[in-house]
Amino acid sequence: MAFEIPKINYTGKIKEITLGAGSKNATVGGRDCYPFHLFEGNMPHRPIIAMEIWDMEPEGWPEAAIEPFKDVISDPPIWAKKCAEEYGAQIIVVQLKSTDPNGKDRPVDEAAELAKKIVDAVNVPVVFWGTGVNEKDEQVLRKIAEVCEGENLSLAPVGEAVHKGVGASALAYRHTVVASTPIDINLAKQLNILLGNLGVQDEHLLVDPTTGGLGYGIEYTYSIMERVCQAGLTQEDDKLQIPMINNLGNEIWKCKEAGLPKDKMPIMGEPARRAILMEAVGAVCYLLAGSDILIMRHPESIKLAQEMISDLIAEG
Amino acid sequence: MALTGIQIFKLLPKTNCKECGHPTCLAFAMALATGKADLSSCPYVSDEAKEQLAEASAPPVRPMQIGAGDRSFKLGGETVLFRHEKTFISPPGLGVLVTSDTDEGTLAERLKVWDTFQFERVGLNLRPELVAIKDLGGDSGRLATLAKKVVDESDFCLALMSEDVETMKAGIDASIERRPVIYAATKDNVDDMGALAKEKGLPLAVKASDMNGLMELTNKLTDMGVKDLILDSGSRTVRRAFEDQTWLRREAIVKKNRALGFPTITFPCEMADNLDKETVIAAMFIAKYAGIIILSDFIGESLFPLLVERLNIYTDPQRPMTVEQGIYEINGPDENAPVCITTNFSLTYFIVSSEIEASRVPTWLLIMDTEGLSVMTAWAAGKFVGDAVGIFVNKSGILGKVRHKKLIIPGYAAAISGDLEDEVKDSEVLVGPRDAAHITKFLKEFKA
Repeated sequence: MAFEIPKINYTGKIKEITLGAGSKNATVGGRDCYPFHLFEGNMPHRPIIAMEIWDMEPEGWPEAAIEPFKDVISDPPIWAKKCAEEYGAQIIVVQLKSTDPNGKDRPVDEAAELAKKIVDAVNVPVVFWGTGVNEKDEQVLRKIAEVCEGENLSLAPVGEAVHKGVGASALAYRHTVVASTPIDINLAKQLNILLGNLGVQDEHLLVDPTTGGLGYGIEYTYSIMERVCQAGLTQEDDKLQIPMINNLGNEIWKCKEAGLPKDKMPIMGEPARRAILMEAVGAVCYLLAGSDILIMRHPESIKLAQEMISDLIAEG
Repeated sequence: MALTGIQIFKLLPKTNCKECGHPTCLAFAMALATGKADLSSCPYVSDEAKEQLAEASAPPVRPMQIGAGDRSFKLGGETVLFRHEKTFISPPGLGVLVTSDTDEGTLAERLKVWDTFQFERVGLNLRPELVAIKDLGGDSGRLATLAKKVVDESDFCLALMSEDVETMKAGIDASIERRPVIYAATKDNVDDMGALAKEKGLPLAVKASDMNGLMELTNKLTDMGVKDLILDSGSRTVRRAFEDQTWLRREAIVKKNRALGFPTITFPCEMADNLDKETVIAAMFIAKYAGIIILSDFIGESLFPLLVERLNIYTDPQRPMTVEQGIYEINGPDENAPVCITTNFSLTYFIVSSEIEASRVPTWLLIMDTEGLSVMTAWAAGKFVGDAVGIFVNKSGILGKVRHKKLIIPGYAAAISGDLEDEVKDSEVLVGPRDAAHITKFLKEFKA
């Protein structure tokens, strides 16, 4: 009997979401099959690799991560511009590290002023990512939403505790909400419903399943994402058809193996190349699990991930 | 194709003797059909029935042992398409390519380096498994010489790559004790390679340029009695190879296609012109279904992420990963160093220990066995509560190592403070941060 390609019947489709406004936009989603399963479905938009910057000079970054940005690393707007223009980032993610109450604790107004400068400096959509400290995140994200009215920024992480406040600001000032839940498909669905009840349309929603680092929980996120894809595409669960975003670079580069000097552990080789490959290997996992926006740090790991995406969709 | 209970029942003795522990043969048949009983419980079943049942109940991807000795590993036995549906079973073997023009001295040196790539993690030793020696033609003795070298000077498993049967024979004879994989049977040599694999009892890789070609070869080899086959669908572009791996897994598991129910072998080394790119291609194969993955070189920078990815993807999602209970010394603690306590969920341990290490503050980290539950879950389940933690602290021996009696507990377990102070005489319990990211700040402010 001749071989026939074993295909799956899909019944659902990932929603198409556009980040940004006006000419500064990027669209993800629209996929009606498992990631890169182009023999049985369509993937109208490639997953996008977003580049991260910090809103302050980073602390604790390994040398290799600083090197490509060392000329701009203390100036967030210029840093963002370099990522967009020199490295061709289609989306910029600003990690709002300076606002951490356990760290620098930058005041809300100052943080928002800087945010506006960054948004104005680049011609691509911007995502703002808080530190996970609910109260402060809520204040900062709401203020940023206000001063950047109509930019359709993406605001993250929006967990259940802050979804009403940040959700309301996103609605009022026309931004997108990144619904964030701790590696749990049911909570993810629940939060999407809550945000929907609040009036946040699916077109203004992204899902952050919480991203684990390589060796630090990647398998948990990986499987939750595969389950979300399965539910959305084959079980007609329309609350799980929202594109997913993964804050990967931050997780990879903070783990100890990414910065370990060669003399401490010679068999792990040169720290720069090791960390770049750790980030690229993590990226491949997340792309295969269904990531639509992958936030990464190093230009070389980004290049490897981009090539992988191209190779996975290449005809012939 | 799996049999139904009724089909199985027809093959049983139908005597209802109850010796299998089931009230009737029919009940036993039903239990067999759902995998809840084992055929060996029936003392009277005929050999013929045994064979038919074994055939029918065989796993969809044929399990097999590769190689011999320390680095020997299993392939196949997979039963699902997605790890969350149950678990993946056999982590892919990682191999390195050596060509037959390599001189023995160089090979010996490289073997020594490759042998050093062993990474300790969660009590496991992560390391690659095999060396693939590829015959480039010419001197037919080279394959055997190099195979012998690998056997003599390392414990790596072997794959021998040649389409010439005589060269292969010599290679096998030189390395039979390591049970090399034979690569590969093709439509041109299938009879001879099949006979050789059968005679030596070795796993045989099958190479074709498409699925129909593979099925023709595997059907033929199965008829010849060669059972342990490994599939190479011939694709060497990323997209096609990804699709092939997906199709093969679906054929085996969803369609129960026996002709394609075998593990696979893949060659990132033939799919890219640099090792970085090979590494990301290998990362794809680890997640998506490869059995053996051959790289052009082993270097720590590339192996470490791949081995960790493999560990993660092949972790059984039904069972949490744990680390051993005990006292962990971080940054060389002394008698005045802080004492932190947390659970033995491996992620908790990794994150907490790496934050402590990054803080550079010398610290004693006490890991308590909570059966792999994280702090909040363990507390909620009554496993990380004051008296239990107290008993653990008292027995751990930490109190003999420090002069103070300050115990730092995770912020999420703040509620256990009182009970813990009652349990550990004269202790003072400090509530640490909820988020590991704030450990550094906390430890820096600690005074014994």
